[in-house]
Amino acid sequence: MAGIPHDHYEPKTGAEKWLHSRLPIVGLIYDTIMIPTPKNLNWWWIWGIVLAFCLALQIITGIVLVMHYTPHVDMAFASVEHIMRNVNGGHMLRYLHANGASLFFVAVYIHIFRGLFYGSYKAPREITWIVGMLIYLCMMGTAFMGYVLPWGQMSFWGATVITGLFGAIPFVGEAIQTWLLGGPAVDNATLNRFFSLHYLLPFVIAALVVVHIWAFHTTGNNNPTGVEVRRGSKAEAEKDTLPFWPYFVIKDLVGLAIVLVIFWAIVGFMPNYLGHPDNYIEANPLVTPAHIVPEWYFLPFYAILRAFTSEVWVVQIASFVTGGIIDAKFFGVLAMFGAILAMALAPWLDTSSVRSGKYRPMFKWWFYLLIIDFFALMWLGAMPAEEPYASFSLIASAYWFGYFFVILPILGVIEKPLPQPATIEEDFNAHYGTASDATPAE
Amino acid sequence: MFKKLAIGAAFALALAPVASFAAGGGEQHIEDFQFSFEGPFGTYDQNQLQRGLQVYTEVCAACHGLKYVPLRTLGDEGGIGWTDEQVRAYASETFSVYDPELEDDRPAIPTDHFPANTAAGAPDLSMMAKARAGFHGPYGLGINQLFKGIGGAEYIASLLTGYTGEEKEEAGSILYENTAFPGGWISMAPPLSDEQVEFADGHANDLHHMAADVSAFLMWAAEPKMMARKQAGLVGVIFLTILASMLYLTNKRLWAPHKGKKH
Repeated sequence: MAGIPHDHYEPKTGAEKWLHSRLPIVGLIYDTIMIPTPKNLNWWWIWGIVLAFCLALQIITGIVLVMHYTPHVDMAFASVEHIMRNVNGGHMLRYLHANGASLFFVAVYIHIFRGLFYGSYKAPREITWIVGMLIYLCMMGTAFMGYVLPWGQMSFWGATVITGLFGAIPFVGEAIQTWLLGGPAVDNATLNRFFSLHYLLPFVIAALVVVHIWAFHTTGNNNPTGVEVRRGSKAEAEKDTLPFWPYFVIKDLVGLAIVLVIFWAIVGFMPNYLGHPDNYIEANPLVTPAHIVPEWYFLPFYAILRAFTSEVWVVQIASFVTGGIIDAKFFGVLAMFGAILAMALAPWLDTSSVRSGKYRPMFKWWFYLLIIDFFALMWLGAMPAEEPYASFSLIASAYWFGYFFVILPILGVIEKPLPQPATIEEDFNAHYGTASDATPAE
Repeated sequence: MFKKLAIGAAFALALAPVASFAAGGGEQHIEDFQFSFEGPFGTYDQNQLQRGLQVYTEVCAACHGLKYVPLRTLGDEGGIGWTDEQVRAYASETFSVYDPELEDDRPAIPTDHFPANTAAGAPDLSMMAKARAGFHGPYGLGINQLFKGIGGAEYIASLLTGYTGEEKEEAGSILYENTAFPGGWISMAPPLSDEQVEFADGHANDLHHMAADVSAFLMWAAEPKMMARKQAGLVGVIFLTILASMLYLTNKRLWAPHKGKKH
């Protein structure tokens, strides 16, 4: 595509020319998969393919599951058991789909943190980053609604708690909550609309994925050095890049296959590991489970939501200043969405002119601390809302916001970056030695 | 490369934890019964399942239903493994179901499910072995599921053997002290006692053995396709490992001309 100079598709035969002058689809596919890709990409760059695989896996297994599932409060739970017991291969389909959601989030978190470390969000890739964040939001919505569909206890009570968050919005919250639920409480109307949206959103994600890919194919990939591909001429660009096919397709498939070995082992040998036992009990509005815990991939943000109680001075100030409009509950909701917004704003909060964390001696440590912070929040999200977990949650949440709103802006000013390689070729050769250009490929 | 992949994999697994963290009270004691179906290669013991079914039928079924379990699945391979005749005889001799067309009860047939039973307000047992988790470790990460399963069967067996003999009256009902039950007091009277059920093959019928047998049966009731699943898992892991190795070698050769010797 635009940007990096490379060979374009030339129709040769009569039929190809006929098609190309009417619909240049072959050219589009050719240019997309032959995109010049920085040849120094490391193994952290495989997760895009894993994510694409996850989306396909979830859509395919999901479509088949829908053929046997009944979205009704009296029948949903039994229809899932029908899938588990009577549908040919149904137990594997369901376990693949349920665990596929977890793989999807493992991949997206690694993908996001890779972007945060190597500065993939920085100009000119802000749109790629923002679209990625939108994909992530859609994934969370889809996963949340999907978890409601089996209509177990955790489905029901998770839905009750999460939709309750919208009830915390001042003045209009209750009306919004009722509108979301389709009634005063989680019931059949809720289940039906969640089912409808759970089917719709993956296709929205697929469309956003196309935009995401389009955006970074326009700017070119980032790479571990953060140094741009030289674009003066095709010959120059070819020193820094290799075509996506076959070099990166095969490399990414190696990574995908290894990830799938682990994934398949979990599906085959411990498929309920990531689920919650309570979801094998049919939803009962009259019995509240002892602990309502969201799925693991929501836990970091759930911890942030719960961290801001009415005892926290920031919350008290906010409440005082707004005359009580922003209470602790609403503050928590704002903090949770704010934590995601903070990530989305990273391109404008990071003031450093250096892209890759490899050449930022101070940034590195703050980034590693952010990773630890993320796991700490995940663990705290699963702990009961009591001391000492509440205080830890507050500290961990504060670091999350501090990283984006304080550390990223300041570091760019005070940090003295390390020297960067002049070109991608130089970095590649330093790792792998000089390529023997004279030797033709076997 | 492998180091980085290993880091990635460890990262992926470490991300996975905590979902089943929270449940369970402090003093709950779950005994680690040894079951044949534990671990990636564990299988159901057909004889044990049949004994467990007998315990369920003679004891548990008085109060508990198994409404999600079709009777015909008693003939499934990798489970109880009965013949069609045995299933048909068991169904018709053991249960009667209400038939809306006849507007009357009739003997159950294999296409019926085990009946629901709400007479005593007892919970349905179809998924009980998956709806309770006996193990959460180590450190609440639940990794031991790979070797032990969810611990639901251990929970049930521990519950059946966990009565201390203490009773108390609370709000007009009798509660029985139980070391496995969250909170320590359960409203179910001790259901099983030594030699309550006679096994045709003369297998040991003390409380401990019967509790293990019926727990194994309930694990099967909750996860009837476990053996098919583990087999698919094993085959998949083997083939994906071969695929990954071949792709790795392909990749190495593909990139070789572009990589020189390291200096």
